[in-house]
Amino acid sequence: MTATTAVRDERRLMEGSEAMVEAAIAAGCRFFAGYPMTPFTELLEHFARRLPEEGGVCINAESELEAVGMAWGALATGARAATGSTGQGLSLMQESFSEITLAELPLVVFNMARGQSDYFQATRGGGHGDYRHIVLAPIDIAEAVELTQLAFHLADRWRSPVLIYGDYLLAHVTEAVSVTPFSVPALPSKEWAVDGSLGGTGRSRSISPLGLGKHGHPGPGIERHLRAIAGKLADIEREEQRVEHAYTDDAETVVVAFGTPARFVRYVVHQLRADGEKVGYVRPISLWPFPSAVVADASAGARVVATFELSAGQMIDDVRLAVLGRAPVVRLGGISTDGSGFGVGALLDAEVVRDRILALHRGGPEAELPPLPVNERG
Amino acid sequence: MTTSQPAGPVLDSDAAPEGARKIADLKPDLLLTGEHNLCPGCGEPLAVRVYLEALQELGVSRETVMVAGIGCYTMFTGTVDLDLVQALHGRAPSVATGIKRMLPDKVVFTLQGDGDMVNEGLQEVLHTAARGERVTCILLNNGVFGETGGHMTATSVLGQRTKSSLEGRDAEYHGYPILIGDLVSRLQGAAYVARGSVHNAGAVARTKRMLRRAFETQLAGDGFSFVEVLTMCPTGWFIPTADGPDYMHETLGEVHVMGELKVDGMVKTTEELHAENVRKQHEVEAELERGGVDL
Repeated sequence: MTATTAVRDERRLMEGSEAMVEAAIAAGCRFFAGYPMTPFTELLEHFARRLPEEGGVCINAESELEAVGMAWGALATGARAATGSTGQGLSLMQESFSEITLAELPLVVFNMARGQSDYFQATRGGGHGDYRHIVLAPIDIAEAVELTQLAFHLADRWRSPVLIYGDYLLAHVTEAVSVTPFSVPALPSKEWAVDGSLGGTGRSRSISPLGLGKHGHPGPGIERHLRAIAGKLADIEREEQRVEHAYTDDAETVVVAFGTPARFVRYVVHQLRADGEKVGYVRPISLWPFPSAVVADASAGARVVATFELSAGQMIDDVRLAVLGRAPVVRLGGISTDGSGFGVGALLDAEVVRDRILALHRGGPEAELPPLPVNERG
Repeated sequence: MTTSQPAGPVLDSDAAPEGARKIADLKPDLLLTGEHNLCPGCGEPLAVRVYLEALQELGVSRETVMVAGIGCYTMFTGTVDLDLVQALHGRAPSVATGIKRMLPDKVVFTLQGDGDMVNEGLQEVLHTAARGERVTCILLNNGVFGETGGHMTATSVLGQRTKSSLEGRDAEYHGYPILIGDLVSRLQGAAYVARGSVHNAGAVARTKRMLRRAFETQLAGDGFSFVEVLTMCPTGWFIPTADGPDYMHETLGEVHVMGELKVDGMVKTTEELHAENVRKQHEVEAELERGGVDL
């Protein structure tokens, strides 16, 4: 349905930002608007360089408000379009995310977050009204390439926004990756899109978050429309859970983590298993819908379930809801940042993560954990 | 207007020529129905009518996308027979930008009120103009939040009584009205900027020419085009319905003066338009004193 352009398919060293942009272009993204903000800025830079080469458009918008508005307009024409920022910038866009969900437009949003404290913003529907949107959290650049392409597909399939939750490391680490076009089933053509061609025919189209149509075919009205959206979101919640887990069958200690920190947790858990420790991990790939059933199963025989997230504790709410009292749920992570507040703090260190998991595993839910490492450089 | 001698031939309204109809009884082709639920005396339906007629006359009905803001006029999104996108309050210019960049050969325009464009979305329209975005923004300016029931906007004139300026807009307390057309016209990307009105038939005809010119500017790819239309809101002004046109002409129209603010790179300020109007008025008065105007 969307034209896929030839992509360099040999592996080459790419910064995560560049890889995500190449993946977006491979998925047919032809419009991007954004406002520079660390650590998201490089995505904007790569889109600005690459989209014109592909016949697309990238606009350095006057603010995040206009960036999302421009993407809204591009989407309404049936184009694949995206915007992005950090959580701070996305705060400004939330009114539009809510209404774009109600207008059923397939927006893709990149959040290159400062840490993981945008979990609530991303997963709760950060704006007004009854809505959520899909959130995908890649663990590394290779997965980001895949999930970026999947995001455009899911957005179109459900006519609903999809957010990619990344961070400083995902955006800035350089790895050898190849942007292989992601194979997906064909989708129906976008007959809802406006191209201006139906004016004066009595069949002109309207893209509205309000459930309003035109005289003669007036649309469902606001109540039925909102209920239909809620029904669709319930379908998404059922069908689009994505998760990775290991050793959860017999794990006594289960650690739940997402995104870049999950890469550290996964590494440490494999190490500890090799040492004979009965630990396991669950990594939600979709933060919404949250893979509650897998987390619940993992908690069934566990002595303790822990979250390792780089925030004061946000995903822990979803873990508790999934575990429903089957096991105690505790925090292993915490706020950790570099001096700028943009990057990576001392907590994201395999030895530190190992010490914390091991302390919990040995001591159980009441264990006293090592103090959170402090960024001594202020 | 009170003149003893009508200027020109007049039809006996009881005996109109066969087949003749009043313009007011005709529905523009681009409206799905002539019905609307706006207040008696509202100027917005007139403004909608003239831009729809302008589009049809230019032959672009089937290559136009409208972006609607939020206000009383949003009601027309259900009856205007154009492909359209509903935007958030204030955000229509950025949505129009995204549409135009993907559909560069189509006519793309926004319809916004003064609360929408000049309060909530001021930076949107200014940056869209500065970028020289090849879209047209239409402002329906009645100097009041009509939909919420009569509150002060950024274009409300000094002295104007609203529910949030009960004793009248006071510069000391509420600040001054924004003359949006002047802000837009100073931006290099703006190619055509005009301020019309629908308070009488002459103004309606002139406003339609402005709208045509704005769309033509867009079609020629010359840059951003902007037409502000003063519209009556007797409900929101708390005046008798029939007083709307004259009241508007004497209050809002004295500040937001009608005329073309930028044509072919030449900028005229609102003050200059006002001075021109005064000069013309004096000329007409002088002519009348000499024995009448040759019509």
